[in-house]
Amino acid sequence: MLRIDCPFCGKRDYDEFTYEGDASVVYPAIDNHDEEAWYRAVFLRKNPRGPHLEYWYHAQGCRMWLKVERDTLTHEIGKIEPAHDGYVKMVKASGAKKS
Amino acid sequence: MSRYSVFSILKNGLRGNQGWEKAWGTPQPKPSYDVIIIGGGGHGLATAYYLAKIHGITNVAVIEKGWLGGGNAGRNTTIVRSNYFQEGNTAFYEKSLQLWEGLSQELNYNVMFSQRGHLNLFFTPGQRDSQARQYNTMRLNGIDGQMLSRDEVQKFVPHLNYGSDARLEILGGFFQPRAGTARHDAVNWGYARAASKLGVDIIQNCEVTGFIEKAGEVIGVETSQGEILADKIGMAVAGHTSVLAEKAGLGDLPIESHKLQAFVSEPLKPLLDTVVVYGAGHGHFYISQSDKGGMVFGGNIDAYNSYAQKGNLPIYSDVASCAMNVMPSLGRVKLLRQWAGIMDMSMDGSPFICKTDRKGVYLNAGWCYGGFKATPASGWCFAHTIANDEPHEINRLLTLNRFKYGRHIDESGSGPVPNRH
Repeated sequence: MLRIDCPFCGKRDYDEFTYEGDASVVYPAIDNHDEEAWYRAVFLRKNPRGPHLEYWYHAQGCRMWLKVERDTLTHEIGKIEPAHDGYVKMVKASGAKKS
Repeated sequence: MSRYSVFSILKNGLRGNQGWEKAWGTPQPKPSYDVIIIGGGGHGLATAYYLAKIHGITNVAVIEKGWLGGGNAGRNTTIVRSNYFQEGNTAFYEKSLQLWEGLSQELNYNVMFSQRGHLNLFFTPGQRDSQARQYNTMRLNGIDGQMLSRDEVQKFVPHLNYGSDARLEILGGFFQPRAGTARHDAVNWGYARAASKLGVDIIQNCEVTGFIEKAGEVIGVETSQGEILADKIGMAVAGHTSVLAEKAGLGDLPIESHKLQAFVSEPLKPLLDTVVVYGAGHGHFYISQSDKGGMVFGGNIDAYNSYAQKGNLPIYSDVASCAMNVMPSLGRVKLLRQWAGIMDMSMDGSPFICKTDRKGVYLNAGWCYGGFKATPASGWCFAHTIANDEPHEINRLLTLNRFKYGRHIDESGSGPVPNRH
């Protein structure tokens, strides 16, 4: 069982979360009309065999989006932080104590 | 290499079974070939066979990093069907089913293809309408199918849960009579033997570690058994396509690797003589009984990128509850084995059999979890594409760059989210 240490809720089984894909993808700005850039962002993936940065959505918990470092070969989980920068700063500032 | 026949069985039986030859050779790699196929699974071996058989290209090597059928060819749930909806898939999978129908004779190897039918259950009027739409499309495409009422389903498979307490109340089913199952290892071994007989070199325990380039063109592969040159190189390594594509300089692909688990129970007396399948909301389930008696079943993928050939527990429980929903009689059956394989999950749930941006490099990939049934047509089309340097009519839409032009072949209508196909 993968266990994801949610910065807001603490360590939870992964089936509380939904997997939302590669978090290293940077989408073009909304007014960017370059079709090639959109094609690459929407459809193409590095799909590494090893370290992978990915989104997990804590659907059955705090409903926050997280950015998780996980190895696709060993399933070892590394750094976890909120997907949104604002929450990263907030968590750091509060020194949040996890349950 | 002698043919298998009633007489060869009698002859060898009378001589203590000492006279059987090895089914395929174990050659050392030659310095160069006309075509190298990377990947000794069903698709790679079928490609080599059809290259030799149909296109007369026999100077071919199949290079496999492990052993034949050690990957997904030996890890699937053996279901064969052609009940597809979208253009690009319909003709392709129907071609595959037609090849399956003559495969044991063609290969002189019993692949144990059993046309026991494929029954897709539906539980709601919405699902029924959607199945009826698929049925109409299949009829227009000349593919067999039948809509069955609840009573007809009950008569056909009496021991599903028809009770008033059923969580999923069966309204009826969509049945494809010509579908069925086959023995997955036999398919591999049959293609390997038939290809080897036509002069194809099958080289096991030989991992491709890189590609050899000259003046910007790929001219061969570096392997754990040394360099091997080739005019044309075909990749058929679904599950690890992205890893190999990176070595070949093909860049990022519209593929994510995910793992799919499969399960087999202890052997039972004959219980189920067809394939039963359903999808309901997030539930997804398929089950058949092997000739050894084991109930072979599976469900959804684990839903996160993975190259680990091992499964995770929530899917056990998910698949078990799916089984109990429709076949509560399985409740006390013990699980014998469980395993996982790595799938190329493509961005629209459909595969790729195509040329690539690099001259002389061809791609066969993106099988999601439908690769087994496709084995014969996949090899047939890939051989055509490699031999003629252009796709056949029935795989012309299975291109890598279809996403660029909005030509998705999205059976489930899930959009570019690989784990939802």
